[in-house]
Amino acid sequence: MEKTNKKNPLEGITKEKTQELVEKTLDLYTEKARAKRAPHMSANDPEDSGCAIRSNRKTVPGVMSARGCAYAGAKGVVWGPIRDMVHVSHGPIGCGYYSWGTRRNLVDGTMGVDVFSAMQFTSDFQERDIVYGGDEKLRKICDEAKELFPLTKGISILSECPVGLIGDDINAVAKNAAKDLEIPVVPCNCEGFRGVSQSLGHHISNDTIRDHIIGTREFAEPIGDYDIALIGDYNIGGDAWASKKILEEMGLNVKAIWTGDGQIEHIAATHQVKLNLIHCYRSMNYMAKVMEEKYGIPWMEFNFFGPTQIAKSLREIAAQFDDKIKENAEKVIAKYTEPMQKVIDEYRPRLEGKTVMVFVGGLRPRHTIGAYEDLGMKVIASGYEFAHTDDYDRTYPEMDKGTLVFDDASEIELEKWVEAMRPDLVASGVKEKYVFQKAGVPFRQMHSWDYSGPYHAYDGFPIFARDIDMAINSPTWGLVKAPF
Amino acid sequence: MSEQCAVKKVTEITTEEVERIKEWINTEEYKEKNMAREGLVINPAHACQPLGAQLVAHGFEGTLPFVHGSQGCASYYRSAFNRHFREPAPAVSDAMTEDGAVFGGQNNLFEGLENAYTLYHPKMIAVFTSCMPEVIGDDLTAFIQNARNEGHIPADFPVPYANTPSFNGTHIHGYDPMLKSILNTLGGDKKVEGKDNGSLNLIPGFDACTGNYREYKRYMKAFDIPCTLMADISDSFDSPLTGTYNPYPGGTPLEDAADALNAHATIALQQYSTKETMKWFSANTDAPVETLPMPIGVKKTDELLMKISELFDKPVPQELIDERGRAVDAMTDAHQYLHNKKFAIYGDPDWLLGVVSFLLEMGARPYHILCSRSNKKFKKTMQELLDTSPYGADCNIWINKDLWHLRSLCATDPVDALIGDAHGKFITRDLGIPLIRAGFPIMDRVNLHRYPTIGYQGAINLLTWIANTFLDQVDVTCEDRNFEMMR
Repeated sequence: MEKTNKKNPLEGITKEKTQELVEKTLDLYTEKARAKRAPHMSANDPEDSGCAIRSNRKTVPGVMSARGCAYAGAKGVVWGPIRDMVHVSHGPIGCGYYSWGTRRNLVDGTMGVDVFSAMQFTSDFQERDIVYGGDEKLRKICDEAKELFPLTKGISILSECPVGLIGDDINAVAKNAAKDLEIPVVPCNCEGFRGVSQSLGHHISNDTIRDHIIGTREFAEPIGDYDIALIGDYNIGGDAWASKKILEEMGLNVKAIWTGDGQIEHIAATHQVKLNLIHCYRSMNYMAKVMEEKYGIPWMEFNFFGPTQIAKSLREIAAQFDDKIKENAEKVIAKYTEPMQKVIDEYRPRLEGKTVMVFVGGLRPRHTIGAYEDLGMKVIASGYEFAHTDDYDRTYPEMDKGTLVFDDASEIELEKWVEAMRPDLVASGVKEKYVFQKAGVPFRQMHSWDYSGPYHAYDGFPIFARDIDMAINSPTWGLVKAPF
Repeated sequence: MSEQCAVKKVTEITTEEVERIKEWINTEEYKEKNMAREGLVINPAHACQPLGAQLVAHGFEGTLPFVHGSQGCASYYRSAFNRHFREPAPAVSDAMTEDGAVFGGQNNLFEGLENAYTLYHPKMIAVFTSCMPEVIGDDLTAFIQNARNEGHIPADFPVPYANTPSFNGTHIHGYDPMLKSILNTLGGDKKVEGKDNGSLNLIPGFDACTGNYREYKRYMKAFDIPCTLMADISDSFDSPLTGTYNPYPGGTPLEDAADALNAHATIALQQYSTKETMKWFSANTDAPVETLPMPIGVKKTDELLMKISELFDKPVPQELIDERGRAVDAMTDAHQYLHNKKFAIYGDPDWLLGVVSFLLEMGARPYHILCSRSNKKFKKTMQELLDTSPYGADCNIWINKDLWHLRSLCATDPVDALIGDAHGKFITRDLGIPLIRAGFPIMDRVNLHRYPTIGYQGAINLLTWIANTFLDQVDVTCEDRNFEMMR
């Protein structure tokens, strides 16, 4: 991977100073909690490898973590965005209710008719279901779903904590229902207590896609040399549509999207494509690897945030194909160079030198760095809620020497760091948003694009730039301190 | 044939099929099927118990809500409040995982309490459960006593706790045990025989409108009666932006809550969400304990003011009498826009009783009333309310139904508008019926939770939103020749 000028230290930020801040932050804790948290934060060195930050460990009880659970990863990320299936949150009412509509996975179609992802289906467990088990009810639910939504292409069953604890056999129910209803009914044992974060939920649901879906369909039309699949784009605010647009402009055919605006039969035929392009590495690298091993499909990572990274990615993608695609890629880059430059010319003067602290999920803590840099900004601290070692390996070289890299930060740590590093923007989730705004720090929600978007690809960058400018330069910040 | 040939091809749904089903889901036939549903719940109008418990905890001074259970649950409750109030919702969890499922969550609770106490310096930690410890049967009473004995928290540090199983009832049913536990922990043993501190305990119940709490306090100020409002979330979820973050910006003072049993009287303003708490008051004090309907609309507000006046032997202040007059004036001025209009309303039982009462006062028809988890007693109470007015005739009460049921009802037997939380927007878009947003949660409009819906001002606010929605609709949809300045 090309390393640009990343090794140069940022002005005013040194490894020593950042390490000192880390020590000070750890002083907040009891001895035991300190020992647990200490390995999860350090001053960056671009030469570091996986051992620098410990990740994918249990959250420390009693600290305010931003993490979700396995169910959240399965329902909210992987299965939920598949538009033409009924996704049943199996268990008590809450998990389904709270995960309803929160990931903003936009879809095409008519809700309640041929798409269902903006709806919320649940078995709403009552005490008797806990005592007697919910299998019978689940079977009834499958029948009712098929009867009321005859165009549904399948049903997924996403189990919540109690289902696993009481020992229900959702796998058997699903198997029978699938046979009788003649659609895929996929059991996903993603109870929230499993694992340490939503990450295990991604893995569990990917495994169910592997076991129940992949290879069960073939595309109706003959396979072409330019057929690809877009893996790990969830169409937040239309991201996948923006990404698909430029991939198609360079002559590739996006045959399936995992899983934003996803269609289950297209996903089922993904084993036929020529290349898998993966954006959110964290949530779906397993699947790219599975398809490579089983079907020999090559895969590659790419980054569609900001014109520099987009152009780089388009060239890397094109390099996998023939000259025609390579030429097309150059044409696409050329076509968008001027409009992107216009965006930069407009916003860069207002954002030059501003600093950002990022704390999000799967790909954004490293993928968005280039987009901020295109606007003249610097990411001075970055961390993940639920990353693994390989994510950090990919992050160190992107970050300047001495910047702060961290894992599963607690809210009080973030507060301490923001207080000391004084970033001009915090980019994190809804739970952090109002904390930092109360402290007078500009903020953007980077899980949901703060109800804006898309942020991916050339359609996304102008919106990203506008939103970042809007957050940092809002005149309302000037009103925070009263004149009296 | 090769194995490959056996694999089915990808099929696309045709436009004709989509059109056919699109029409079908609006039919009587579909409604029958839909209403007969027994297992599947689609687009529910209720959340789970722990959410209610967390709302209570946020309503007490310096109190940190603590979820005993999986980490993900805490994140969900916090996000739900973040989205509705656009405010921070600090709460922790003890992050139970697989080993907790096997060995129980005591160690998580020990460590969690110790860390939360050390890190966040709360004055009180309110512990409540999510599904997992409820299913495995964790004994909170013992665990918390053990935590004290082992020194994880100081012996005298208040740690009220409540069992809030998500598989039973709704968010309003989690509100009750947490409130009762907090009051009992702080002041259960502080009843002084013969003492009357002269104040009123006012208990709004599950109410996610910060404007309502401020309104209650204003009323009590107008009466000049000292009041302990519980659990007061008005500052917790509507705090000033000053450049300094304070995790505990408001809440009922613990000292006042501790003296609750010595109050002159106690009034609850919801029948369903504080039942056990009110039983606790009745059992532990001889002072009057009253449960009134949620004061939405003029009559229910009158009831509250008359009760306060009676209990404290003070006349209703002129300020509020004038306000009442202004509300009635506004309602009379605008009655024509609501008269005989049909509404579908969905939400919590007490809130529904209030809104229905207001609609009847306006001569409007609360046509489909839907409460997603309730009982026959509620249905009877609601029917009695409807029976008080000719506009309540032919109205339908639906219990244990969801918003997909309501969609069918509105498709086959239409109304003029829906009143309820943001989740109803899908129905209103599909059927071309406007939605007046009120209740919880409202994540797609700003600031509505800051405007009171209770009291006389609340009646004016509700009226304004509803009438202006209809007027906007006329201006947008009427023909040019009917487009007039005055409406």
